[in-house]
This record gives sequence, C-alpha cells and structure tokens, in this order.
Amino acid sequence: MDVFLQQLVNGISLGSIYALVALGYTMVYGIIKLINFAHCDIYMIGAYIGYFCMTFLGLGFLPSLLVAMLGCMVLGVLIEKIAYKPLRNAARISLLITAIGMSLFLEYGTMFFVTAKLRTYPALEGLMAKSFTVGGVMITMQQVVIVLTTVVLMLGLQYIVKYTRAGKAMRAVSMDKDAAELMGIDVNNTISVTFAIGSALAGAAGVLVGVYYNTINPLMGAVPGLKAFVAAVFGGIGLIPGAMVGGYVIGIIEVLVMGAGYSTYRDAVVFAILILILILKPAGLLGKNVGEKV
Amino acid sequence: MKNKKTLTTLALMLGVYALGHILILTGVINDYSFAVLATTGINIILATSLNLVTGFTGQFSLGHAGFMSIGAYVCAIITQRVEGTVGFVLGVLAGASAAALVGVLVGLPTLRLRGDYLAIATLGMAEIIRVLFLNMEITNGAAGLSFLPRFVDWNWLFLLTAGTLVLLSNFLHSSPGRACISVREDEIAAESMGINTTKYKVTAFSMGAFFAGVAGAMYASYFYFLKPDLFNFNKSIDILVIVVLGGMGSLSGSVIAAVLLQLISTWLSAFPELRMVIYSLMLVAIMLFRPQGLLGSTEVTELLSAKLPQLFGGKGGQKKEEGV
Amino acid sequence: MSILTVKGLTKTFGGLTAVSGVNMTLEKGELVGLIGPNGAGKTTVFNLLTGVYEPTEGSVTLDRGKGPVTLSGKKPYHICAEGVARTFQNIRLFKNLTVLDNVRIAMHKNVKYGIAGGLFHLGSFAKEEQGLIDKAHQLLSMLGLDEKSGELAANLSYGEQRHLEIARALATDPVLLLLDEPAAGMNPAETAQLTSFISRIRKDFDLTILLIEHDMSLVMTICERIYVLDYGTVIAAGTPAEIKTNKRVVEAYLGEDMGNA
Repeated sequence: MDVFLQQLVNGISLGSIYALVALGYTMVYGIIKLINFAHCDIYMIGAYIGYFCMTFLGLGFLPSLLVAMLGCMVLGVLIEKIAYKPLRNAARISLLITAIGMSLFLEYGTMFFVTAKLRTYPALEGLMAKSFTVGGVMITMQQVVIVLTTVVLMLGLQYIVKYTRAGKAMRAVSMDKDAAELMGIDVNNTISVTFAIGSALAGAAGVLVGVYYNTINPLMGAVPGLKAFVAAVFGGIGLIPGAMVGGYVIGIIEVLVMGAGYSTYRDAVVFAILILILILKPAGLLGKNVGEKV
Repeated sequence: MKNKKTLTTLALMLGVYALGHILILTGVINDYSFAVLATTGINIILATSLNLVTGFTGQFSLGHAGFMSIGAYVCAIITQRVEGTVGFVLGVLAGASAAALVGVLVGLPTLRLRGDYLAIATLGMAEIIRVLFLNMEITNGAAGLSFLPRFVDWNWLFLLTAGTLVLLSNFLHSSPGRACISVREDEIAAESMGINTTKYKVTAFSMGAFFAGVAGAMYASYFYFLKPDLFNFNKSIDILVIVVLGGMGSLSGSVIAAVLLQLISTWLSAFPELRMVIYSLMLVAIMLFRPQGLLGSTEVTELLSAKLPQLFGGKGGQKKEEGV
Repeated sequence: MSILTVKGLTKTFGGLTAVSGVNMTLEKGELVGLIGPNGAGKTTVFNLLTGVYEPTEGSVTLDRGKGPVTLSGKKPYHICAEGVARTFQNIRLFKNLTVLDNVRIAMHKNVKYGIAGGLFHLGSFAKEEQGLIDKAHQLLSMLGLDEKSGELAANLSYGEQRHLEIARALATDPVLLLLDEPAAGMNPAETAQLTSFISRIRKDFDLTILLIEHDMSLVMTICERIYVLDYGTVIAAGTPAEIKTNKRVVEAYLGEDMGNA
C-alpha cells in the first residue's frame, strides 16, 4: 500500500507537469485547430531560461520561474506571428507542417547555441531541499512546490478564462471564429493571448521539470511533449479541464507502469491508451462527439 | 498514344539503368556516392508510398517510419538465417507483407478517425512498434542488429525503386486508385457514389505500408546495421517533408523532392550542426511561400504535355483543406 | 408498383427529433417533390434514404421489380449499388479532378478488375478502362458537358457544377434519383432549362425521381405528387393542385412567400 501511495505521489508530480504542458496544446488546438508541435520545445526553452537564471544570474526559484514564463510567452507569441499567422487560411496540413518545422528549428537551433550536452540544474538549498514523510510516504519539497505551483497557475488560468474579457474572447473565438469577429472581437489579438498564456504555462513546466529531474537537454521536450498531447486528447482536446484531468491520469499511469517494473514499456503504454481513447471515444473523456454535417 | 507513352517510359527507365551501370563501371559513382544513391532510392520509395496514403487518399499519417522498421527487421532477421539471394528475396517479401498486415490491423480501427486524430494515432502506432523492437530479444533491443549481409546493388536498387514507381503509378491510374483519390476529395460524396471508402482507405494504407516495408528491407540489406531509434518520429517527419515539398498527390514531385533533398542533405553534411536548423527553416519557408509544394498535384508528364503555364498558375495546396 | 416504400422513418440526434414517423411511397417512374420550410428535415430524409445517417426507427425498402430489398441500416455504397443515387444541396463534387474522372469514379461499382488488376494492368484492364471512358463520354455528351470533360470540376460554372452532380449520379446507373435542391442559386431562365432537363433525363434513363426544392415554380410544374414536411413529419401529400390549397401547408409556410421561398 505504501508503495502504491508513494507511486501516486510521484505520479501526481509528473502529472502536474504534463497537465501544464497539455493546457497549452489544448488551448491552441481549441482556438486554431492546430497541434502545435513547437509547444513542447517552448517547454524546453523554459527549462533553459530557468537554468540560466539560476546558474548565471543566481536568481532563486520564484524569480527564475517568472522570467522563464515571460520569456516563453514572448517566444510563443513571436512564433505564432511569424510562422502561423500567415497561414491562417491555408490548408491545415500546411499549418501542421509549419509547426513541425518550428519544433525542429527550436530543438536544433538551441542545440547549435548551447550544444547537445546535458545541463544540470543547481542543487536546491534550504527549505527546497527538504523532504518529509507522511504515513510511510516520502514527499520531497520539490514535489510540493511542483504541485503547488501547478495548482496556483491552473486557478489563475480558470480565472482568466472564466472572468476576464480576454478569456471570454478566447472562448468565443474557439467556438466560432467568424461569428466572434463579427461581434467585434479582435481575433488576431485573442489568438496571440492564447499562445501567450499557453507558452507561459509551458515555460513554468520547463522550470519545474528542471527542478524535479535536474538534467535538461535540447531534445528533452519531444517525448514529454507527445505525452502531454496525449493527455490533452485523453481529456478531450480543446477542453481546459480535460487537459488537467488528462495530465494527471497520464502521469499517474506512467509512474505506475514504471513502478510495476515495465519502465521500458512506459511510452508504449501511454500511446496504446491514446489509440484506445481515439478509437473508443475520439472526443476524449470530457468531450462530446460531433458528426460532420452533410 | 498510350503505347507511345509506355514506350517512352520504358526507354527512359532503361536509360537510367544503363547510365547507372556505366557510371559505376567508370568509377564516377564510388562507394560513398553509391550510398547516397541507395538512400535516395529508399527515400523515393518511402515518399511515394506515403504520398499514396496522404497525398492521394488524404489520410494524414505520421507513422510511416514504423512500417519501414517492420520491413527492415523482418528482412534482417530472415537474411541472418536464410543465406544467399533467396534469403534476401524472401526477406523483402516477408518484410513488406508483414508491414502491410500491420497496416491492415492498424488501419481498420484507426482510419475511421479524421485528419489530426488519425495523424496522432499513426504517430502513436509507430512509437509502440519502436518500443516493441526495443524490448524484443530477436531484434537485440536498443543495441540493434549489426553485420547484416549486404545484397542491395545497383540492379536491386533500380529494380525495387522503379518497380515501386511503376506499380504505384499503375494503381493510381486504375479504378481502385481513382476510388482512393475520391476519398481524399470528398468522403461522403464518394461513399454515396458507390465507393466503399473504408475498403479503399485500408487498401491505400496497407499498400503504403507494404512499400515502406520494401524500403525498410532495402535499408537493412544495404546499411547492414539496424536499431530502433533509426525509425523514430523524426524519420516519419523526414519522409513527410519529401512528400510535402514535392507536392501532395504528385508521384514525380516526390521523386524530384527526394533527389533534391538528398543533394541538399549531402551538401549540408559538411555542416552537421547547422544541417537540421537549415532543414527546419526550409520546411517553414516552403509552407509559407509555396504550400502546394513543387508540383502541387500534377505530374511532370502532364506539365510537359503542353501544360507548362500551370506550373506558374499556383493551384493545389490550399484547396485540399478537407483532405486533412 | 411501388419502387420505394418508407415506413415510420424516424431520426433523433441526442434529444432532438429531426424526422419522425415519415411514411412515403414512390411508384415506378414517378416524379415526386419533397417540400417544406427550412429546417423541416428534408435533407435528413435524403440522408436516411441514402445511408449517410442510420434511421433510429422505421424502414426503407426498394423494389426494382425483383422483390423488395431493405435499404435502412445499409451503408451508402451498398444503397448506391442497389440503384439509389443522389445529388447534394451544397455541391460535393470531386473538385480537383476532371469532369471525366468525376463520372468515371461513379462508375466504379461496375468495374470487374480488382486491386491486383489495377496494380499490374493485366487481363481485361485496358478493355474495361476504354469501356469506362467511352461510356463516360457518352453520358457527358447526352448532358451537354462533353466539351468540358478535361476541365477540373472546380473550374466549371455554378450551373455546370449542378449539372455535373446529376451526371455523376446518373453514372452510378440508378433506378431512383434523389435531387437535393437542384435549382438552388439559379436564375429563372436557368431554372426553366433545368426543369426540362429533369423531365428529359427521367424519360431517357427510365428513372423515378424524388426532389427537394424550394423553387415552387419548378416543383409545381414537374412534380406529379408532393410530400410536405414540417418539423420532421409529413403534414400533407397529394397532387400540386391539392397541396396549393391545403390549409396546413399554407400555415406551415405562413410568413414565407409561397412564390419563391
């Protein structure tokens, strides 16, 4: 039982990171129907910004987190303006391939500048390095910080989406872009806001993963990015609560598979779940199936 | 008219075949350039077979490398056990058939999905295949298989590449091939006009998988080394890039793009750190400035037969919204 | 003899009933109209008849003289093979293909060679392909589209596209043709031309036709009988003269202009 609970705690920590990244995928998909392959690399860039802040500028966790979020926000918006916006009315496959191109560019561009070698986050000190045991389950301070940060960011996101003008505009545009435009909503601006928020969350996830796993590299985004996307699909793509639920479910399943001694199969299990979900309930756990109108 | 076209094609093919032999005999093509040639041939097969699925039938697949890996491993395992050309022929056929079979098994449930969802499902399928190869004993896990016997010479390379092109072109110029294209154009209309769209989607998908398997088998029998990581997501993307650059729905476009990208890639190998950066920027640039690719959905032969103005007319690309 | 019998046809989407308990019979050779206000469920009926949607309840049977065949629950391509063809309200041509290919694809179900024949071009391939081309040209010249056979469908004028939709449906060799708003977007002159065109193909191809149309001049001129649909149910059926004076029909259309709604 203790072992299971321990795995659960680890799963929730990993799931938090997936959930944060999944939110960006789902928001962007909801608003422009694009699987933003570059999103996972924004997460990677976030990890690097956090690394440079902590290592070279000597900033603490929280300032580094904020700088990384800000940096990723700018990067996400830039990518959207430069690469995606000109293709707004193009075929969706063109947009998707552009996203793949941007993803490769970020990965190998980063590799060109910082080389492919692993970087190690500075060791945490003081309170952050502590851990405690509750009923036989060890919880590290890092895990607490990860879950806490995630919860705060998610609450913030819920607030923005539900109660602010920008959030309402986002929901309107994701339902019907043309109608929203006719109602006087600045669609381009709203799309930028969506990218900004999604990218900031990914940046935060990048720093958290750096703190949690210590090592980072330019290709670190690829596989977790795919899994975060799986999480988004699992919960119902385009749905913000879906991404949160999906992130935690995928994180916990992955940790349980590893705990059961099948760690080499963990990616396969996640993708098998993806395919099953797509076949059985393509709209995802929280989504509704919609047919094509003839 | 039709015979004349066939004869021209035949003459052209024989010409290429003879030219290859001459260049090899005179030493213009050395071992290094033959490796480039072999890669090009393999990429032509991969790209045209993916084009059948994605460009012609409109089913967006991101898992072509998975089918390639099945062909490669099955062929490698057979050639390790059955000696000589018999083993190779058996290996190619078995590898390709295994890939096609997996194509049917994966295609039947997933091809109901549309656009992005299918893309993600095929991506997941390829990753699962890769993880399975990583964990199997017969494939020697992550270390992979090495010292595989080499069979692919110019004769085999030419035969298999040209053979794939001829068969795919034949298929697309037949009623079942047109049925596949109608699925891309409008699935509901096709179904109402008597086309069993599921059947033709699965046909195109497994046929694409078959030829990807052939390409994989050739890879295994030329580069005599295999490991699962060769067939990751990036490999599927490499193939997709060729298809998109050449033009979705153009076989000759895929051939030209495969050759072109191989030349660029060979040239870029002098700057390995920058290779992928330039490659990725090119991809974005193509999408921004010529989303329909080099040839759109036309073939070189159509262009040459007095339709030259269309090359500059800019069609395709944007029209195929429903295909994805 | 009834060629088409529809009994208690019902379709619900979630909680919404789009079509409810529709009964309908078509005699062989008849030209019947299906009219009703916007959103009455006319296209849904077509989608149920052609298998695009599966009925929630009810049955559709086709009898082409060789005994009744149940259509409900079958896939669209099966229903097409039984001899039911259709056009679409919002033109659904294979836009990036030529006019000839649009028609050839619709002839697919009669092609004998299979996938292997297509790959290797063996046996009867060349003969059959030539046969398809000849037949397609023949059909296109009957419909006055043969000069355009090499054009892409997307490059045809709107009226030509509507005609090509009908040509493509005819290429499937149907006994029953369902036309979904064939005159939509046409001016009166074009509509008049289309009216005579429909009468002509009915005779030339020995067809039974069911058509959805908003243009009352067309419906009243060529339809022998009319079914009126409102809120998913048949509220009236009869000859054009009877329908014109039917009180419930007038009520259903109240607020809409009967002349050109």
